[in-house]
Amino acid sequence: MLYREAGDFKTTYAEDGQTFPIRLDRLGYYAILAVAVLVVPFVINDYWVNAVFLPFLIYAIAAIGLNILVGYCGQLSLGTGGFMAVGAYACYKLMTSFPEVNILFHIILSGGVTAVVGVLFGLPSLRIKGFYLAVATLAAQFFLVWLFNRVPWFYNYSASGQISAPERTLLGVNITGPSTSAWATYLFCLFFLIASAWIARNLTRGAVGRRWMAIRDMDIAAEIIGVNPLRAKLSAFAVSSFFVGISGALFFSVYLGAVEVGEAFGINKSFLVLFMVIIGGLGSIFGSFAGAAFLVLLPVLLKNVLAGGLGWPTDVVAHLELIIVGGLIVGFLILEPHGLAQLWRVTKEKLRLWPFPH
Amino acid sequence: MTKRLVTILLGAALSASPAFADLVFPDLSYRTGPYAANGIPFSDGYQDYFTLLNERDGGIGGVKARIDECETGYNTEKGVECYEATKGNGALVYQPLSTGITYQLIPKATADGIPIHSMGYGRTSAADGKTFPWVFNYPGTYWDSASIMVKHAMDMSGGSLEGKTIALLYHNSAYGKEPIRTLQELGKKHGFNLTELPIDAPGQEQKSQWLQIRREKPDFVFFWGWGVMNQVAVQEAVNIRYPMENFIGVWWSGAEIDVVSAGEGANGYKSTNFTYVGTDLPVFDDMKKFVIDAGKGAGDGSNMGAVQYNRGLFAAMLAAEAAKKAQELHGTADITAAMMRDGMEALEITAATYEANGMSGFAPDISVTCENHSGPGMALIQQWDAAAGKWNAITDYIESDRSVIDPLIAEDAAAYAAENGITPGCL
Repeated sequence: MLYREAGDFKTTYAEDGQTFPIRLDRLGYYAILAVAVLVVPFVINDYWVNAVFLPFLIYAIAAIGLNILVGYCGQLSLGTGGFMAVGAYACYKLMTSFPEVNILFHIILSGGVTAVVGVLFGLPSLRIKGFYLAVATLAAQFFLVWLFNRVPWFYNYSASGQISAPERTLLGVNITGPSTSAWATYLFCLFFLIASAWIARNLTRGAVGRRWMAIRDMDIAAEIIGVNPLRAKLSAFAVSSFFVGISGALFFSVYLGAVEVGEAFGINKSFLVLFMVIIGGLGSIFGSFAGAAFLVLLPVLLKNVLAGGLGWPTDVVAHLELIIVGGLIVGFLILEPHGLAQLWRVTKEKLRLWPFPH
Repeated sequence: MTKRLVTILLGAALSASPAFADLVFPDLSYRTGPYAANGIPFSDGYQDYFTLLNERDGGIGGVKARIDECETGYNTEKGVECYEATKGNGALVYQPLSTGITYQLIPKATADGIPIHSMGYGRTSAADGKTFPWVFNYPGTYWDSASIMVKHAMDMSGGSLEGKTIALLYHNSAYGKEPIRTLQELGKKHGFNLTELPIDAPGQEQKSQWLQIRREKPDFVFFWGWGVMNQVAVQEAVNIRYPMENFIGVWWSGAEIDVVSAGEGANGYKSTNFTYVGTDLPVFDDMKKFVIDAGKGAGDGSNMGAVQYNRGLFAAMLAAEAAKKAQELHGTADITAAMMRDGMEALEITAATYEANGMSGFAPDISVTCENHSGPGMALIQQWDAAAGKWNAITDYIESDRSVIDPLIAEDAAAYAAENGITPGCL
């Protein structure tokens, strides 16, 4: 009744081509943006930002990045953890080598460095596909972690092999380091998430995205109709790694402040982000958000309800958490193999017909 | 949509947890995952001691102690979440039992004004209280342990390590990398060669490292392991028939659970230790009476007297003593985290303190000052007797080589101070 195209007249091409063609969608989008930017920063505290919002925002950027590669271009990658590590270490080296440059540029530059590394490790994708490519990117994962552990230059020869983010400010407000305020780190990461989502959404709607999807759906056919697989695949690796690198840089500098490559960017991280993409929905920007929310917020929620609310022993809760989240993943994949994004799409279809379904 | 729903639910769940006016000791424990075998007894000992104080003495200075337990799984991200979740409830001191999480918390806790006690782990240079006013690592540091192990190896080889080879088998993380600096310095001083053999977490795969040990036959193997890695290493050493008395672990690699699975072969394995092992002390009788038999124990009580349990108990005892000291210094029973820090920095543990707590001879005397947050830095060497199934102390408490360690601490602390813009000084 409310959610429908009817009555929403488009009189220009720009209006016709906009991201959210339905009025209610558009309003919802602006409302969420307004709440995220104008309301949340005022009510947020340290716990909320460090346990809930920062991981969500940062993983959402990583999921968007991986979704471009896996969901839009169909190139299976298990190297996300390694690429996040590249972003983190690039950010660390830049922060310590050029302290006078603003942290904002360091983070963007780290994304650029990761994009170059991503293209390098994307080269095998021109020859191999599917599971074989997954194995090649797995090699990237292990090689990069090994490299950052092995070569002391990357961690400035510190005794413990850890990297820790020095204090940096943006417009006089602390962004990294221990004495940051919750709203500042939140807004900083939110800015990157909005920018990433906006860029990714528009890239995937345009010619570049169509090329990626053509390669994904059938690479030989795509080549015949004139898509250059070299450029399409490598651009997907570059854009994807750029976002993943930004998320790695934020993960290190803003969220944790100190990381150890083996623990923070191990193979588990690659799987976690891949699960986010699969559960959220392959080939959907909304899916990246939904997947990140599902895998970041649900464990925290379960922990707070079961251990905090009901007072159960923490080890039982930790095990239950694994069982419940794992069970839900399996359940979701059986009931809706295309992820949360598809669930959302189906809901919208139903809403259009409501209250008079066929 | 989902996000907002979850947010609302989360808010409801969070606001449901009430606040008390107790002395709050958060316990960032890990009872799950590859490190649980060591994490469970430590946490049990930590919690049981506070329960004992509550049941027997009515708390600390008349105020009940409360444990806020939070499961970290030895994972730094969860550790940060636990820290944020518990710090608002009046937390007095953090003991994360993880070097990685300690590194993470040092700047955060310093900014929030909550002390950290990383007992025999964490960042070694936190021994310099002028640079790290909120971080304590008494009664000893990794570098102390490394030096004590070298001393013991020297005793075993007739006073000189000239031309010998020591292999350092370590957890490839901040924890395992800590002793390398000191061992390199000590190698220069005593003329031994150091071979570094990293093992990636969680450490179930060590075949190639042990193959290298078998091939190169180092005179000693020093071991920096934790969790499931310990059991695997001891078993692998047995498999290649490495002489067990030349295989020496740090104090985190010398618990019963680490060696029993290797059976008879583990006989003779050594490690450093800074606490008493066993249950023949009055405090354990009280523990049995007031806590375990009353059904109030954190575990089933079967770990009582084990290495990690006793160490957890020791950590709790030190925290309780520091709280008492803080109450004394500030003349109030209801202390804050800042007062707790003062108590920790003025901590004096003598034979009389141990005696009063029913723990005579439990550990060496400890005296903390602003300049020295690492205490005496003493440890003994214990050896596993597989037939009897127990650890025997084979030396007295050995002092570490401060002439090597102190300059290294000063250097590392100065580097940290410069990096983070800290002006060293006592609070």
